[in-house]
Amino acid sequence: MNRREFAKLMAAAGVAGGTEISWGLSRAVGQTRGGTLNTIIQPEPPILVTAINQQQPTLTLGGKIYESLLRYGFDLKPMPGLAQSWEVSPDGLKYTFKLFPNITFHDGKPMTSADVVFSVMTVLLETHPRARGTFQRIDKAEAPDPLTVVFTLKQPFAPFLSSFDCTTAPIVPKHIYEGTDIRKNPANAQAIGTGPFKLKEWVRGSHIHLVRHEGYYRQGEPFLDEIYYRVIPDAASRSVALEKGIVQLTQWTDVEFFDVARLQKLPNLEMTTKGYEFFAPHLWLDMNNRVAPMNDKRFRQACSHAIDRTAMKQRVFFGLGKEATGPVSSKTPFYEKNVKQYDYSLDKAKALLDDMGLKPGAGGKRVTINFLVPPYGEIWQRMGEFIRQSLGRVGIDIVLQGLDLAGWAERVSNWEYEMTVNLLYQLGDPALGVSRSYVSSNIRKGVLFSNMAGYSNPEVDRLFEEAAVATDEAKRRELYSQVQKIVVEDCPLAWLIEQDFPNFVDKRLKNVVTSGIGVHDTFGRVSLG
Amino acid sequence: MSMVTLKAGGGRGIATALAVLAWAVKFVAVVLVIATFSFIIVRAAPGDPAQVMAGQTGAADEQMLAQLRQEYGLDKPYVVQLASHLKRVLTLDLGYSYRQQRPVIALLAERMPATLLLTGTAFLVALIAGIVLGTLAGIRAGRWSDTFLSVVSLLLYAMPVFWLGLMLVLLFSVQLDWLPAFGYVTIGVEMSPLRRVFDIATHLALPALSLSAVYLAIYARLMRSSVIEVMHQDFIKTARAKGLAQGRIIARHILRNAILPVVTVAGMQAGALVGGAVVVETVFAWPGLGRLTYDAVLQRDYPVLLGIFLVMSVLVIVLNLVTDAIYRAIDPRVTTRSAS
Repeated sequence: MNRREFAKLMAAAGVAGGTEISWGLSRAVGQTRGGTLNTIIQPEPPILVTAINQQQPTLTLGGKIYESLLRYGFDLKPMPGLAQSWEVSPDGLKYTFKLFPNITFHDGKPMTSADVVFSVMTVLLETHPRARGTFQRIDKAEAPDPLTVVFTLKQPFAPFLSSFDCTTAPIVPKHIYEGTDIRKNPANAQAIGTGPFKLKEWVRGSHIHLVRHEGYYRQGEPFLDEIYYRVIPDAASRSVALEKGIVQLTQWTDVEFFDVARLQKLPNLEMTTKGYEFFAPHLWLDMNNRVAPMNDKRFRQACSHAIDRTAMKQRVFFGLGKEATGPVSSKTPFYEKNVKQYDYSLDKAKALLDDMGLKPGAGGKRVTINFLVPPYGEIWQRMGEFIRQSLGRVGIDIVLQGLDLAGWAERVSNWEYEMTVNLLYQLGDPALGVSRSYVSSNIRKGVLFSNMAGYSNPEVDRLFEEAAVATDEAKRRELYSQVQKIVVEDCPLAWLIEQDFPNFVDKRLKNVVTSGIGVHDTFGRVSLG
Repeated sequence: MSMVTLKAGGGRGIATALAVLAWAVKFVAVVLVIATFSFIIVRAAPGDPAQVMAGQTGAADEQMLAQLRQEYGLDKPYVVQLASHLKRVLTLDLGYSYRQQRPVIALLAERMPATLLLTGTAFLVALIAGIVLGTLAGIRAGRWSDTFLSVVSLLLYAMPVFWLGLMLVLLFSVQLDWLPAFGYVTIGVEMSPLRRVFDIATHLALPALSLSAVYLAIYARLMRSSVIEVMHQDFIKTARAKGLAQGRIIARHILRNAILPVVTVAGMQAGALVGGAVVVETVFAWPGLGRLTYDAVLQRDYPVLLGIFLVMSVLVIVLNLVTDAIYRAIDPRVTTRSAS
């Protein structure tokens, strides 16, 4: 058993470990102190306060500045963050967190349980839609002493413990935000958190410079002196930056998929797709279930059979990712593999279409469908083209329509669409990231990433609801298995790919991707050599 | 405004004052019309900043959308929003970007130096090189050197700017390692002021060159045809007959007349260049206004967008004045009367 597992056990057992044995506090053998890490941030975030803005780049960079109570391993099990240990009452209502001592904010003021309660109950409930969904289930939050936080829930909510990563529940200073308009507080420009790095300078359009937080509570961390996040809008320039060693790390979509194979050959770089387990981005063909012919299950199943996911993975994502089989990602604990299989079969697709009376007309066309291409970059256009080719083979004529983000969001969230593709995060638990796309209670017009397809099945609603409040792990697993079987049979969407993103890491760097939140983590233990 | 040299006289002074006043009224009216139009156009695009934010954060609920829309004042009637926009224009208030939590004026001021440096350099390079090459081609019309110059300028004109930029990077940065591939200045290095100037200059070389290519081609071709046209006019023959030296004829007679169309076109393009150059700024990660504008369009950041439009329109009007002045300096036949 290594030190990390030991610490996890200690934590799980609720043992208030001293600062010497808790995970991450040990000085790893042979790590160099000092040095500069250059990496990329793209697109440039509008602000750095993750409590207020949850865009991908904000979260990536903000993870160095803001921390939360917990961190999550590759298996999504909780690990100590600002909290060194935690306990859950047997009835699943009471969560008690013990904080590390001597935590300070970047302005030198101490961070205590009061800041945690304030952040969760006052700030996040007000500013963070994703956190709001979880934390509105809290009945009361108390801080009996400076190092203890107790949350009591209105009713059990199994993934409560999965909601304390730095992207969902960043802890902000009470003494700065109390009684102010959180969004307009001028202190947002300084972004004061507890993380190992603090903001030194932000030259807009050029770079963001983070430096060591000298008062960081974890002995010896951070190893690095500073991090430069450079804004490089052009993908070709980003690849050049990596090749020439101007940057030592890339994440998410910094490197285009078609460039991955070429850059993997560079001797000084390592490529890993780990570190996205918490998000587990899930890509699907989204069909508006309200509109004919998409309102017929057979049509949706036909579409699912008509797409060769393996070819799509190879052609569009250049081999990165994995074929998706249902609503839950295989990277997460509640994945059920024994569901209806939609193997690639043009014959099955055609048979289903014939069966529902959608006969080929002139030129073999059965129906014409409008497809909105999402505005997130070149690759989405390729996906659209791939789907047009695939469905065209069974007589479904796809017309691609490109929009920018605002236009796409407006159309899709207001249900004014026939087909599109969508990518959603699983967020560590089906109750957080999966059920939102399928339960009837989340059919909300005008709200993006709600249940936009309009799928509604009372049995599915019931199972998701029960699984969210069940406290027994085995019971939850069983409920989620049931619900996955039903949803895959109903096929409201055609799940395509569990997306992987390449992290290119300079071989001199140590400990870059060490958890399920990967590049969003604090980087306190990252070192150059 | 006072480009007109008038003989000081009793009635003349009043006339001048009236002319200036009339011009000022026209100026304000034009700005207001532009402001109204830009408001209508910006708001005609589908979607709004709240939807964009939702799309970028991958999570949304009604409360977040309502909060954001309230922040932007989108919950008020359209006409009220337009009126408050025009009021801000008249009080020279550029507004506030809720998205970036900064005043628009600060965002513009941050980007302006880099933009002016890049586009100004590119513009001067294009103008000088274009005029010189165009003149050379013009006076050698029909010979091989003219053909060569014409082919080069056609190539420069036809090349997509992002491709040219990338090729320059591949050659000068990746292969030869002479110049930095992108950026404005070397990041994270303490430098003496002189070193810094040099450093920015090396960073400036490739983007300025890429950006100038198209304009250089335009001015060269324009200059060439203009030179050929002027060369065949009677007064040039007269000058030759008088026995003037060739160099003097080119400089004093041909150039001065042939350059007028180039000044006109360049004046019109200078306005566009102030707004930055989105493609070049993107390829070279140059922190300019073009990228800011482009991002503001995509993000529906209305205050930023309207602020940029306003500043741009004022600059274009001013640049037109400057162009007129240059025109008068070159060609005395142009008067205020015919210009207005």
